Amino acid sequence: MKRLPSSVLPWLLLSPAMVLLIAFTHYPALATLWHSFFSTPKGARPSVFVGLDNYRLMVEDPVFWQALCNNLWFALGTIPLAIALAILMALWVNEKLAGRGVLRLAYFTPTVLPMIAVANIWLFFYTPQYGLLEQITGALGLPSHNWLGNPHSVLGALMVVAIWKEAGFFMIFYLAALQQISPVLAEAAALEGASRWQYFWRVQFPLLMPTTLFVLINALINAFRLVDHIVVMTRGGPDNASSLLLYYIYEVGFAFWDSSYAAALTVVLLALLGLIALVKFRILDRRTHYQ
Amino acid sequence: MNAPGSPFGQHRRVLETLSAWVLALLWLLPLLYALWTAFHPAAYATRFVPDAPLTLQNFVNAWQSAPFLRYFLNTFLLVTMILAAQVVLATLAAYAFARFTFRGSNVMFMLVLLQLMVMPDILIVENYQTMNLLGLRDTILSIGLPYFASAFGIFLLRQTFKTVPRELDEAATVEGASAWQILMQVYVPLARPIYIAFGLVSVSTHWNNFLWPLIVTNSVQSRPLTVGLQVFSSTDQGVDWSIITAATLMTSAPLLLAFLLFQRQFVQSFMRAGIR
Repeated sequence: MKRLPSSVLPWLLLSPAMVLLIAFTHYPALATLWHSFFSTPKGARPSVFVGLDNYRLMVEDPVFWQALCNNLWFALGTIPLAIALAILMALWVNEKLAGRGVLRLAYFTPTVLPMIAVANIWLFFYTPQYGLLEQITGALGLPSHNWLGNPHSVLGALMVVAIWKEAGFFMIFYLAALQQISPVLAEAAALEGASRWQYFWRVQFPLLMPTTLFVLINALINAFRLVDHIVVMTRGGPDNASSLLLYYIYEVGFAFWDSSYAAALTVVLLALLGLIALVKFRILDRRTHYQ
Repeated sequence: MNAPGSPFGQHRRVLETLSAWVLALLWLLPLLYALWTAFHPAAYATRFVPDAPLTLQNFVNAWQSAPFLRYFLNTFLLVTMILAAQVVLATLAAYAFARFTFRGSNVMFMLVLLQLMVMPDILIVENYQTMNLLGLRDTILSIGLPYFASAFGIFLLRQTFKTVPRELDEAATVEGASAWQILMQVYVPLARPIYIAFGLVSVSTHWNNFLWPLIVTNSVQSRPLTVGLQVFSSTDQGVDWSIITAATLMTSAPLLLAFLLFQRQFVQSFMRAGIR
């Protein structure tokens, strides 16, 4: 194998990307940790070292705990359902049913639309008295319900939107994986007298496992990263019942302008993502090889 | 005997087709509902009668009550700028990783991959202060800058470049081609489908991005469509749903149209981008 004599060239090629990565990913991640140990400068008062004060504040902050809990519930409520629906959609689209092109289009379209646009549509859908959901429940004689105004139903209402938006996206990965499974397997299973149900659980589902892990990691990251719909639909309300961690960071950082406390909150989010990364590297990358 | 393609029987198939269609209809419902509201007068927003008059007035009203033309232009500039920067930077970096062995390349690659977990999306507080420091706040550049170096793009292209047969590269070297010529004439043309896949994913991601642009912009001159739509639909108390829905559809229309036209490429791109 020939090598270029100069060892400078690869660094030259790498440097533009590296400079920007360091400036907008590595530096801010470290600076976040650093700034979380200082107070927020206010007017003439400069920022001073306060040690763990921001973290102490966080432990005693009920809104933080609520946002964190909401986020965990949000992940727990959306991911299994979105994955189950994605598998179902992929099985159907893969099986050459009548009009599969239209089916695939219908399932996948929400993925292409901006979350903010989607949130606007769903906001109208949920609107009390006027919205479509109210019209339907009203026609069925059910009592009126303010879906987004009630702290007990608001998170569930938002989960529905997230599932609707993401299932079609995950379907794509399952579809790709299903297409790798030889049709001979299905024929053999049918000859042996296996039912469709058995074929799915004994053959297809195990073969889809790597895809499920991949999708799971992506879904987890998204559950902590995507808060566009919160900004549009509820602004974290009522009474922080629908606040997610990143939304709370946004609120603290850019509505209350408390950048140090926002930094401390970001450290928690970074730690959570780091945990996901650790799981990913220990489980996922043992199978897939980056040659 | 079963029909070919359905080893588990025809009866099952009818049931599955039916359920698949019910789910598809359910999935399209919010969108169909939005279309209905946008194309009918406000009085028919939730009254589904077949003889409701069709109108484009909602779109006209929306277009006139906010500077959407400017927002479209801003978003167009934004996604073009990001895509161009990402493609150039990722190509160079991926070439370095795929073709050269150099001390520290593994550490560097790990540092790149870190961005897949720690995205600029969540480092909003610090990046905002950086933009302030650079004096870039409230510019289109400031929205795009944190995304110029894409770990995803570097990773995707590196994987592709590694599949290029070594012989091609060596043959070109023997013929006296420079490293730059080899990149442009051997590697880049062979990675074309990956560039298309990455381009579609990148454009749709950044067309839809919202939180960071919301934070870093505060004027009509720099706001992208998503933020413009939010400002439009939240400030005006008097705006009715029909107009908001029309504006919503309007802002997603180019992407939706592109998707409908290039459906296969879109789906394949997302597939390709996710699998590797």
